[in-house]
Amino acid sequence: MNIHEYQAKAVLKEFGAPVADGVPILTLDDVQTAIDTLPGPLWVVKSQIHAGGRGKGKFVEAAAGEKGGVRLAFSKDEVMEHAKAMLGNHLVTAQTSAEGKQVNRLYVEDGADIATELYLSLLVDRETGRPAFVASTEGGMDIEAVAHDTPEKILTLPIDPAEGVTEAAAAQLCDALALDGAAREDGMKLFPILYKAFTEKDMSMLEINPLIVMESGNLRVLDAKVSFDGNALFRHPDIMELRDTTEEDEKEIEASEWDLAYIALDGTIGCMVNGAGLAMATMDIIKLYGEEPANFCDVGGGANAEKVAAAFKIIMKDPAVKGILVNIFGGIMKCDVIAEGVIQAVKETSLAVPLVVRLEGTNVEKGKAILAESGMNIIPADDLDDAAQKIVAAVKGA
Amino acid sequence: MSILIDSNTKVIVQGLTGKTGSFHTNQALEYFGTQMVAGTHPRKAGENWTADNGAALPIYANAADAKDATGANASVIYVPPAGAAAAIEEAIDAEIPLIVCITEGVPVLDMVRVKAKLDKSNSRLIGPNCPGLLTPEQCKIGIMPGKIFKKGSVGVVSRSGTLTYEAVYQTSVEGLGQTSAVGIGGDPVKGTEFIDVLEMFLADDETESIVMIGEIGGSAEEEAAQFLIDEAKKGRKKPMVGFIAGRTAPKGRTMGHAGAIVSGGKGDAESKVAAMEAAGIKVSPSPARLGKTMVEVLKG
Repeated sequence: MNIHEYQAKAVLKEFGAPVADGVPILTLDDVQTAIDTLPGPLWVVKSQIHAGGRGKGKFVEAAAGEKGGVRLAFSKDEVMEHAKAMLGNHLVTAQTSAEGKQVNRLYVEDGADIATELYLSLLVDRETGRPAFVASTEGGMDIEAVAHDTPEKILTLPIDPAEGVTEAAAAQLCDALALDGAAREDGMKLFPILYKAFTEKDMSMLEINPLIVMESGNLRVLDAKVSFDGNALFRHPDIMELRDTTEEDEKEIEASEWDLAYIALDGTIGCMVNGAGLAMATMDIIKLYGEEPANFCDVGGGANAEKVAAAFKIIMKDPAVKGILVNIFGGIMKCDVIAEGVIQAVKETSLAVPLVVRLEGTNVEKGKAILAESGMNIIPADDLDDAAQKIVAAVKGA
Repeated sequence: MSILIDSNTKVIVQGLTGKTGSFHTNQALEYFGTQMVAGTHPRKAGENWTADNGAALPIYANAADAKDATGANASVIYVPPAGAAAAIEEAIDAEIPLIVCITEGVPVLDMVRVKAKLDKSNSRLIGPNCPGLLTPEQCKIGIMPGKIFKKGSVGVVSRSGTLTYEAVYQTSVEGLGQTSAVGIGGDPVKGTEFIDVLEMFLADDETESIVMIGEIGGSAEEEAAQFLIDEAKKGRKKPMVGFIAGRTAPKGRTMGHAGAIVSGGKGDAESKVAAMEAAGIKVSPSPARLGKTMVEVLKG
């Protein structure tokens, strides 16, 4: 689960990380509070959307002006002007679609005099199975590009969970970031704080880009991007409250309520599959036969007829769907349960597009019999190849 | 021969009394009499669990008691996500040699803790978020459908549960059959990686060829490819077919499996396919042609 920058900074502040004072803006009324609370003389007005590249982004609406999604204000009036220009309009960045994302929230922050921009993040390193810091002197840039062009400028430092961040590890990070004086003292304190926040809140990613050394010589978290492990949210009700569903696809929200893994895509063939690997492979084979998948949908291991029906309805909500492929290889799942769910859903949605169903595995004969005896217009398939060819042919013929 | 499990493997079930544990324990007992010997439950010690076939399995308070009483050398875990890591740790403390965790959705930082403990132990963990493993006509641990297996010569290893079934089903249809199939699981931090299983298949005389199924995310396939190149230089090499799921997956999105994500410029399908091909693996572009591709590879 992703959260906004201002929420991430509030979480980090709780743990004692140095962040600027700021005020979140949900309506224009909040701007006055920001102006009254923050002394200036420099303010930063930042669009809050779940996508990176905001500073270099551009608004769709002409009224928002030519500037990007992060704007400096040198007077209180200018804070208000920027807020009016951005709030409610659509920001397009390198990480959004061409339509952009509507900016429903802003964050007004005290400005800082930047001496140096650095990069720092924490994630779970898969190779070592440990949390790891990634640090680089190349802050404020696309870290993927830095990793590709100048990998020697990046330090990846796994942390032994039994020890936490030792003095030696913190010193190593200070060296990698070329910190000295007050910034080094701040760093020695900051790294254990970030590690504590990361592990206690079950974060999957904590990225500070940039971490800055100010003209005063102190460190400050200038931007913060945090995402949480969805599997651990059950033990963090406080974090769950930070979820902003307006940032998510409507179908994906409904899917999450049914505990389905669903991701909306741009193609025409809706897919309902059990197992993440098979769901990806089903998308791949649709593409191999010349069509594009409309979604990724893994109904998981413990689905019942109602859940299958719900998945079906979510897939049907996408107007681009011209055909549906159900591909189930039952291990945990029983094929007869899937068959009953499919029939229930076909009845309830009065299905108008071709439907190909491939079943294999536990109780497969029962499942196939249920489909055959339903009298419905369901195209049965014997294997994955057969299923993919049949649905692509059906969609192309339609 | 087979790897990891055979007809002598004695299995206890952590989470036996739940719906999933009960269903799959019945399936395992039906599968060539897999030796399911006991279950655990902290508050039901002394009771019995009765199988569909009438067999009674004793319930013990914990994995150590169950192991001491039965001589079990493997444990399978069907405990819900919030308690799964503690169940694995309990099995490690009981010094059970083979621990298989089926549970999907274990918090990744729980697994970080488990892995640190595992590294200091003599136990091997398969999973979590995996379908388990199976040696045809001998032993089934986990949730794989036994009917699709056939005793034979192909070793199967996969990060995906249902794609393991595809590889098994297709190699059965082609008449090749399997020595063992191992689903290592779709989580980013797990007990057993491709390299561990490939080493076992290379060392197993009856395994004549190997199917390896990876997916986007991480670099385990690239590491496995390097391992295979190094082993081939020592003269250890078997015919291999591979597949990578997720060529069409969008970047930055987690594709169902917690570990299936292309991020930080790493983990995309193309680089995995290239690494596997460089190691001499015939990578099938279609998940429906794993069996047929293996037949072609074996014909030479």
